[in-house]
Amino acid sequence: MTDTTATSAEQDLVARWQKYIHASPYNRELGVLPQAAQPDWFVLKVDYKDFLVGDPKTGVIHGGVITALLDAACGFSIFMKLPEIKPMATLDLRMDYLKPATPGRAILGGAVCYKLTSELAFVRGAAYHETPDDPIAMAVGIYMFTSGRPVITEKVEGMQ
Amino acid sequence: MSWAERINQACTNNDWRPLIDAVPFARFLDLRIDVKGEEFTCILPFQEKLIGNPILPALHGGATGGFLECAGIFYLLWHMDSQELPKTIDFSIDYLRSGRPKDTYANVFMVKQGQRVANLRIQAWQESPDKPIALGHGNFMLRG
Repeated sequence: MTDTTATSAEQDLVARWQKYIHASPYNRELGVLPQAAQPDWFVLKVDYKDFLVGDPKTGVIHGGVITALLDAACGFSIFMKLPEIKPMATLDLRMDYLKPATPGRAILGGAVCYKLTSELAFVRGAAYHETPDDPIAMAVGIYMFTSGRPVITEKVEGMQ
Repeated sequence: MSWAERINQACTNNDWRPLIDAVPFARFLDLRIDVKGEEFTCILPFQEKLIGNPILPALHGGATGGFLECAGIFYLLWHMDSQELPKTIDFSIDYLRSGRPKDTYANVFMVKQGQRVANLRIQAWQESPDKPIALGHGNFMLRG
């Protein structure tokens, strides 16, 4: 589903998304980076860093980091299905933690918006190292479009 | 030092800093814990880096969510004299109001304390506990 060995065109696209992802200070702090921007799988990455650890004995990254990664990936996956950016907010997000992340390894967070209405977007995502078929965590969420000015004001290539 | 020892020390000295500092991600969030008798409150002091939407501005949903989960884990350590760090099995977050750029508080309610699993409901608020900004609900594995 996800090709992490991106082509140069894909890398350009990813670089363009980076400035929008980093419009959010929290994404920037955690070091969230775009990895792939496909209509059916928007992927973000967070590298392993000591300050993200939740269990000092094992060095496993805290679940809260995965929540942030997947919340962001789910949000951006919605943009991939929109003709124009609309401001939105997370209504709910559920995370299932299937296995601990491997210490020292980057975590990928991929998401797809599988249903869109005029007011709501339904998303699902997975956090993983290699492939979404072997997930660290699964997420399912609902986002609601809101009023106000969007953080992103221009159209990014790759959007519908 | 075991988790139970850290909790004992925190209760004795009424200083939760060493416990928080033992969890790097909690330290990154600069969390605080306030225990008054049986009342446990976890605090997420506002920092610019917690912002998700700079236009509103609003806290990042992942920051609020991670805070709720941390609050649940610390609550269990405190409440259970746990030897081990509880592990989150699943965690659901309802976002009720936009998180403003100010301090956020979390109160934890044990819905069910089982032998192996604890079910928690965690409420985050800013202005007043009557106006929660987010609700967390999850199962935590206590041992094994």
